[in-house]
Amino acid sequence: MAKSGNNTNLIGLEKQDYKGSPTTLCAGCGHNSISSQIITAAFELGLQPEQVVKISGIGCSSKSPAYFMNRSFSFNSVHGRMPSVASGAMLANKDLVTIGISGDGDTGSIGIGQFKHALRRNTPMLYIVENNGVYGLTKGQFSVTADEGQNLKYYGKNDLPPLDLCLEAIVADCGFVARSFAGDPKQVRPLLKAAISYGGAAFLDIISPCVAFNNTSDSTKGYDWVKEHDDPLHDITYIPVQEEITTQYEPGETSTVTLHDGSQIVLRKLDESYDPKDKLGAIQALHNSNSEESLLTGLIYYNPDRPNLIQTENLVESPLAHLTTDALRPSEDSLSQIMSGL
Amino acid sequence: MNIVNDFSIQVATPNGSGSQTSNLVLLRSLFKMGIPSSGKNLFPSNIQGMPTWYTIRCSQEGYVARRDSIQIMILMNPETALQDINNIQPGGVCLYPETAKYNFDREDITYYKMPVKRLAKESGVSSALRPYVSNMVYVGVLASVLGIDLLEIENALSWHFKGRQKLVDTNMPIIQAAFDWSRQNITKTDPFQVERTNLTDGIVMVDGNLAAALGAIYGGVTVMAWYPITPSTSLADSLTQYASLLRHDNNGHATYSIIQAEDELAAAGMIIGAGWAGARAMTATSGPGISLMSEFAGFGYYAEIPAVIWDVQRVGPSTGLPTRVSQGDLTACHWSSHGDTEHICLLPGNVAECFEFGWRAFDIAEQYQTPVFVLSDLDLGMNNWMTKPFSYPDKPMDRGKVLTADQVLENGFKRYLDLDGDGIPYRTLPGTLANGASYFTRGSGHNESAKYSEDPQDYITNMSRLRHKIDSSRETLPAPIIEQIKTANIGFLGFGSTDPAIIEARDRLADIGVESSYMRVRALPTSLKVSEFIAAHDRVYVIEMNIEGQLHKLLQIKSPELATKLISLAHCDGLPLTASWVVNQILEQERGPNGKIRQ
Repeated sequence: MAKSGNNTNLIGLEKQDYKGSPTTLCAGCGHNSISSQIITAAFELGLQPEQVVKISGIGCSSKSPAYFMNRSFSFNSVHGRMPSVASGAMLANKDLVTIGISGDGDTGSIGIGQFKHALRRNTPMLYIVENNGVYGLTKGQFSVTADEGQNLKYYGKNDLPPLDLCLEAIVADCGFVARSFAGDPKQVRPLLKAAISYGGAAFLDIISPCVAFNNTSDSTKGYDWVKEHDDPLHDITYIPVQEEITTQYEPGETSTVTLHDGSQIVLRKLDESYDPKDKLGAIQALHNSNSEESLLTGLIYYNPDRPNLIQTENLVESPLAHLTTDALRPSEDSLSQIMSGL
Repeated sequence: MNIVNDFSIQVATPNGSGSQTSNLVLLRSLFKMGIPSSGKNLFPSNIQGMPTWYTIRCSQEGYVARRDSIQIMILMNPETALQDINNIQPGGVCLYPETAKYNFDREDITYYKMPVKRLAKESGVSSALRPYVSNMVYVGVLASVLGIDLLEIENALSWHFKGRQKLVDTNMPIIQAAFDWSRQNITKTDPFQVERTNLTDGIVMVDGNLAAALGAIYGGVTVMAWYPITPSTSLADSLTQYASLLRHDNNGHATYSIIQAEDELAAAGMIIGAGWAGARAMTATSGPGISLMSEFAGFGYYAEIPAVIWDVQRVGPSTGLPTRVSQGDLTACHWSSHGDTEHICLLPGNVAECFEFGWRAFDIAEQYQTPVFVLSDLDLGMNNWMTKPFSYPDKPMDRGKVLTADQVLENGFKRYLDLDGDGIPYRTLPGTLANGASYFTRGSGHNESAKYSEDPQDYITNMSRLRHKIDSSRETLPAPIIEQIKTANIGFLGFGSTDPAIIEARDRLADIGVESSYMRVRALPTSLKVSEFIAAHDRVYVIEMNIEGQLHKLLQIKSPELATKLISLAHCDGLPLTASWVVNQILEQERGPNGKIRQ
């Protein structure tokens, strides 16, 4: 099965092996850009496609797992419940690589509880929200991340303040919180790779414009606005385990983060004072960004120290799904002993 | 004339007063003296202060159903005393604290006063502990009045406190003091007494939730996700306790995971995700949890994912009577979810079956690639029952039709193709390393290759196959237990924890010349034997603990040609069914216009 050549990755697969079915989303939809970045990131990381599970909820974003990595297993679940399904799958087989795909409605409204609890448990998974501030499949209702005071064609004015999902993630003690923009593949791709290498729950809030319902020039989820207001914290380079850092950076200009699997990301600072390991600083920065009407992007918060769900559960080395009767069924003697103790 | 080993004791206390220890010690002492006994806790949805009753039935014949007449009443709760005293059968006994100011006017019962406060004070335990040890006074007095062996009481205390001698030493002197006081001060005038027998030799006592948890452990459960809800919580607790003893490898790592989820929705999502990825996954819940899990139940049915859902039933709808028993979730589970579904349901009728179905449910779920409901109830799950020791599983785990990477490479793979004609397709587990092993699991319309489809024919094909799959399970599921009397015109049909009441009622009816056959259904969809049983009798009474007669209606739908033979005897008041209720209902139904029983 493995091929060799210039166009193959570490495990001998071509980029073609990571492609999905043709998209049925609208032309220009941000979700399609994210799908293609996932394809590239998985190819470049050399992920074994069959070892990857793509799990989603319901909505436009949750349809997108069909449009990348056809050789991987996929689970398009129930609205707002992707995190619980992903948690169950990871408990059953801790060796899987889980990519959870959700949207701002699927996560921020119906799924806010499961979102926060999966992060709190530190379930090992990449959790992506393709955030467009609007319900697409049901035709243009405001979502919980829509701007306060915003006007939409059929639903009028939005009177309520938005939830900031990155803030929610940090407060839930997620150890990897990042924000990016579907129109910025250079930033999305290293963040995807870093998140997959993180080893716990890694949350990526990707602003992903909806060209059908929420791409007006004054919408903070539209292409124009984001391009004008994007405020990246740093330039990000992902360094795989096998490679060495070759570029020379001036001291103080960069910081390096080593991930769970030994890979690294180098953050070339654009904001001198920003330290992604400072939790309160991260919260303050998000707050400032929201009130200044800018979009803070990059690795906003990072904490490598929390044990993940598999560690907390003290699971055996072999995935639970692979254990046989011998490993799972206690002896007949043990049952007799319990019975005689009753 | 003395009445030996055949009476019911009821202890009335405010809940949270620590009477559970006293009551369980009494039950175990009687049981260990060889007297067939059963205990039932009738408790409120409350932590402290509301009325609670604990009933112990001793029965030389081995009947263990609740009995509605009480022979011996222990009144420790002034709030309910006047009501409780009226529940004592004429000729019965009433024990109460000497400090209580009751104005009892019944002259047909025997009264014994107990110096509860005085003995508790004299015991020397701290005043904070005194209310708890006070309950030991009635244990001692009752031991003296009935003739319960004090050595068995001490053994039961030690068992209850898991051998912690200090706790035994705190309680036993009070029991002894009460016993001694009683010997000197009570002149026994009642007829009730106990005598040692060998009727419980080789028998153990256990609650159904522990039995279910053990069954799951021996069934190889790997992922359990749950959310606390009475009366299923103790199933999760027992699983946690015993898995920690039985299910670690040599390095101390666990071969299981138990997750207390954020709610029942998440618990259902976790077991569906885990079952999909190859775990033996289960949850335990009760009615409100079943409602919350219904969307995932439908998903699991349609996407064909194994999982086991224990429903320890309580009274609904809504919050209902959260600490009382019913069999009201039968149709809710069988047809759980929107759209057309029909779930396999297992219906354990005793604690041995809680154990057996505990492991078997995983095999069935994986064999049929579908969620399997197991319907226990509060009475079965939380109360103590006598049983023969559980039988070790007689076959290895059946993981169902799961393809390996080599099989995929050799033969190809279509997730929802009915290759074998039994409606059960083949599946692969995520992580199966073969190009072609993966597939797309979805709750939306799909074809045989698991591709998205809104094609009308794909939908029909898929749904018909699912129908066929579930139908094909009916004769492989636990078969009904049948006792057919050739000369009987009437039959009884029941399921679950009504079994002891029906057994006793049949004996009592037979004593007065009313013969009956009995079929206890143990699974849905039902075996064809059920319609044969109905056809073989003039009238079949469907006995169940709910209001609407859910099994009755379900059988009428499934066997419309036999519908008029079925008579519903549905009763639900939150209390376990009694034989008297069944006998009275049958006599009323079977009595002709002339007042005579029909033949």
